[in-house]
Amino acid sequence: MEQRINTEVWKALIRAFLPFKGRDVISILDFTREDLEELFERADYFLEHRRSYRLLEDYVVALAFFEPSTRTRLSFETAAKLLGAKVIGFTSEEGISIAKGESLADTIRMLDAYADIIVIRHRYEGAALFAAEIAESPVINAGDGKQHHPTQAMLDLYTIRKLYGSIDGLVYGVVGDLRYGRAASSFIYGLTLFKPKKVYLISPPLLRARPEVLEVLKERGIPFEEVTKVDEVVEEVDVLYVTRIQKERFPDPLEYERVKGSYRITIELLKRGKEHLRVLHPLPKVDEIEPAVDTSKYAAYFTQARFGVPVRMALLILIAGVEP
Amino acid sequence: MNPQTASLTVSKIRNGTVIDHIPAGKALLVLRILGITGKEGFRTAVLMNVESKKLGKKDIIKIEERELTSDEVNVIALVAPSATINIIREYNVYKKLRVQIPQIIRGFIKCPNPTCITNRGREALKARFKVIKRQPLLLQCVYCGTIISQEDLEKQLVM
Repeated sequence: MEQRINTEVWKALIRAFLPFKGRDVISILDFTREDLEELFERADYFLEHRRSYRLLEDYVVALAFFEPSTRTRLSFETAAKLLGAKVIGFTSEEGISIAKGESLADTIRMLDAYADIIVIRHRYEGAALFAAEIAESPVINAGDGKQHHPTQAMLDLYTIRKLYGSIDGLVYGVVGDLRYGRAASSFIYGLTLFKPKKVYLISPPLLRARPEVLEVLKERGIPFEEVTKVDEVVEEVDVLYVTRIQKERFPDPLEYERVKGSYRITIELLKRGKEHLRVLHPLPKVDEIEPAVDTSKYAAYFTQARFGVPVRMALLILIAGVEP
Repeated sequence: MNPQTASLTVSKIRNGTVIDHIPAGKALLVLRILGITGKEGFRTAVLMNVESKKLGKKDIIKIEERELTSDEVNVIALVAPSATINIIREYNVYKKLRVQIPQIIRGFIKCPNPTCITNRGREALKARFKVIKRQPLLLQCVYCGTIISQEDLEKQLVM
């Protein structure tokens, strides 16, 4: 009994001083504003001191990508390698035993035996939480179905902090597929940890944010409004967070053709906005942003993508409980 | 017909459970939640739309030779939060229980989201719901975040 109390006290101390150590990263909502500020400070360090480290040289990081990914996978791999960790893993279900009918649970048990940190992306919502319940090693959710993409939200918020100095007090417009897009949902969840002045949820009625997302906004008292067109609010917003609207989501292709123009971000549209208006996008983008925007002052999405590496480096060392 | 005459129509049970103060019309749902189909062989009385001082109208279920466990009792709360449970032994009330909505509900509700990990057949995993609101009832899938209402839940139970 005495032994157990000591372990509990010990765990509480670790939580207090190293809030990230050994922690699963399933949803951005599991974190506090203070947690994220701590993360951002470490990310600042790695952004300024871009080099190789040996901080995680005894670590194996497993990248279990049951769904294809370029950016997230490569930035995790780069982050892990720059920290000196060994990286193992696979992408998509093809060619590995999952395609032969192995359960996710069994795959995770195997990875848990090999790796110290497991990064997982899966098509099913809740897969990362389920993996975390099975694995002893910390699990990082790199996207579970339409639900969460917490590390994307971390780097999105970090980008805004870099651009504006603060995440609070700004007006946000989140555009696109708010129903099925996990990056958009996670970004909205992430904003609820801060004090945005207002959040506009801009989407066709068919692709409105899911009830559970709206529930969190209401519960946390974030001023928000659902609107249908970008040009209704473009003058008012400081940040436009744009995501892709997929054609496949519409039961009727004609309906898609009718609405798609309302969500295309053009220079013309952005010129109507504030001087400091910036456009973020989790990428990949297809035709939702006019190519001319890419080289304009409005485009912040390439910088945003670049921040993926320092933010993920920061997250990995915090979970491992080591300092640069 | 007053409550006295209603109670006269069904004789007292010797051993078993009486579920009283079920909202009118919900008795069959309660039976379904408990998995009682009639094939188990217990002598069961279902009274529906009986006058009640507390509820106006209510349903009552009497099940002979079956004592409900507290887990079963709490699950009833999802469709009949006003229900009271009397465990009967030798014609007397041995124990009175009030139903209480548990904080987490395991097992018997399926997540309606087809791409929830709990619906991936290969996994040995049962759905788990967190009660986020009691009045009106709102449940949230712990895994995929899907919110279901009382109505969704009852629809699922009827199917």
